[in-house]
Amino acid sequence: MSIRHGLLALLERGQMYGYQLRAAFEESTGSTWPLNIGQVYTTLSRLERDGLVRSLPESEAGQRPYEITDAGRADLTLWFATPISRTDRPRDELAIKLALALTTPGVDVRSVVQTQRSATMRTLQELTRLKYASDRPEDLPWRLVLDAMVFQAEAEVRWLDHCETSLVRYRPPAGGPAAAPGAVDRTDEEARR
Amino acid sequence: MSVDGGAHGPGQPAEGAVLDLRDVHRTHGTGPAAVHALRGVSLSVRPGELVAVMGPSGSGKSTLLALAGGLDSPTAGEVRVEGQPLGELDRRRLAQLRRRRIGYIFQDLNLLGSLTAVENVALPLELDGAGVRRARRLAAEALAEVGLPELGDRFPDQLSGGQQQRVAIARALVGERRLVLADEPTGALDSQTGEAVLHLLRRRVDAGAAGVLVTHEARHAGWADRVVFLRDGVLVDTTAPLVGVEQLLSGSGR
Repeated sequence: MSIRHGLLALLERGQMYGYQLRAAFEESTGSTWPLNIGQVYTTLSRLERDGLVRSLPESEAGQRPYEITDAGRADLTLWFATPISRTDRPRDELAIKLALALTTPGVDVRSVVQTQRSATMRTLQELTRLKYASDRPEDLPWRLVLDAMVFQAEAEVRWLDHCETSLVRYRPPAGGPAAAPGAVDRTDEEARR
Repeated sequence: MSVDGGAHGPGQPAEGAVLDLRDVHRTHGTGPAAVHALRGVSLSVRPGELVAVMGPSGSGKSTLLALAGGLDSPTAGEVRVEGQPLGELDRRRLAQLRRRRIGYIFQDLNLLGSLTAVENVALPLELDGAGVRRARRLAAEALAEVGLPELGDRFPDQLSGGQQQRVAIARALVGERRLVLADEPTGALDSQTGEAVLHLLRRRVDAGAAGVLVTHEARHAGWADRVVFLRDGVLVDTTAPLVGVEQLLSGSGR
């Protein structure tokens, strides 16, 4: 996702100037993606350079509205039609952190897992609270954005659960660098409810 | 790892808590074969608070819920509901407290197929000696609360899975239940229907009940004010209580 396509989608609704675009962007992402006005103008000038938007004459109040061009409309349509690729996303810092924790001496991996899970649960609670507070029909676009974040956070917690289960069975190779995670000597019998 | 929020030491009573577990232990069996399901768990839940309990299978989640609801007794420690130590109640008074003050929502609905929806919901009240007319009126109110005001005369097999679950929830909420205990309440429901179930639970808690939700699904635990994590029968972590939505929106909630 880029701010570029976000702004193009907003301009498809009608011409807008910078501050309006910023406000509309934040509204449609529920302020989860704050933009500063500089980012908006930088993006607009690149879009104009690429022929995807054009700037209109300044108003009396000194505001310069922008409108989407046909090329911009085509670009936007292509964006909506193209699935997002996982490889477009930044590398998963959390996965790398856990992999390193496992092979770094003296790191309590289960505690790293729990700290992350607690933080992600907290995020989930906040997202759910926001959803609960947004139950008008016109809130649907916003609720779907929230749902996407909810499912991502849920996937992270599930992965952390999976990591923890794997850690219980994990024995570092003899002479290996990793410290044994805690409580690995419990039997399945003990763990049963 | 530090445990903050609602967990408290064994000797410190929590004022105003609907549910209070103090240094609770539960051991099944004795000697070398003993299984320690819970090992010193302290937890209190206040009115208007929904606490989710998470943890892997065998971490003690369901044991905790059974103890909280007076369906099982601790080996050591104390469980209080509305300040009343459950261990001091005889069987009759414990059963009465369970019928009047505690609502249970389980994955198995246990609706009686030979009774209509409204009769199923009224059943705990009638068992408790309430007059039929009063019990039916309260049952009809509870069915309205869960969004089924017009289906009271249907039998369970004339209702969809989601509607049956709502009837079971109405039965758990009917009357003046102050403590609502839910064990994986969304079961096999689809995500929208499951969400509606949690919505109902949340609403009852917002109206002043205390709730405990046992779940392994993070998305469901997200409905809670506080999430506590169990591992090997020990409470290992808890999220801090949430602030109001307004602060979340202004970005200062973290």
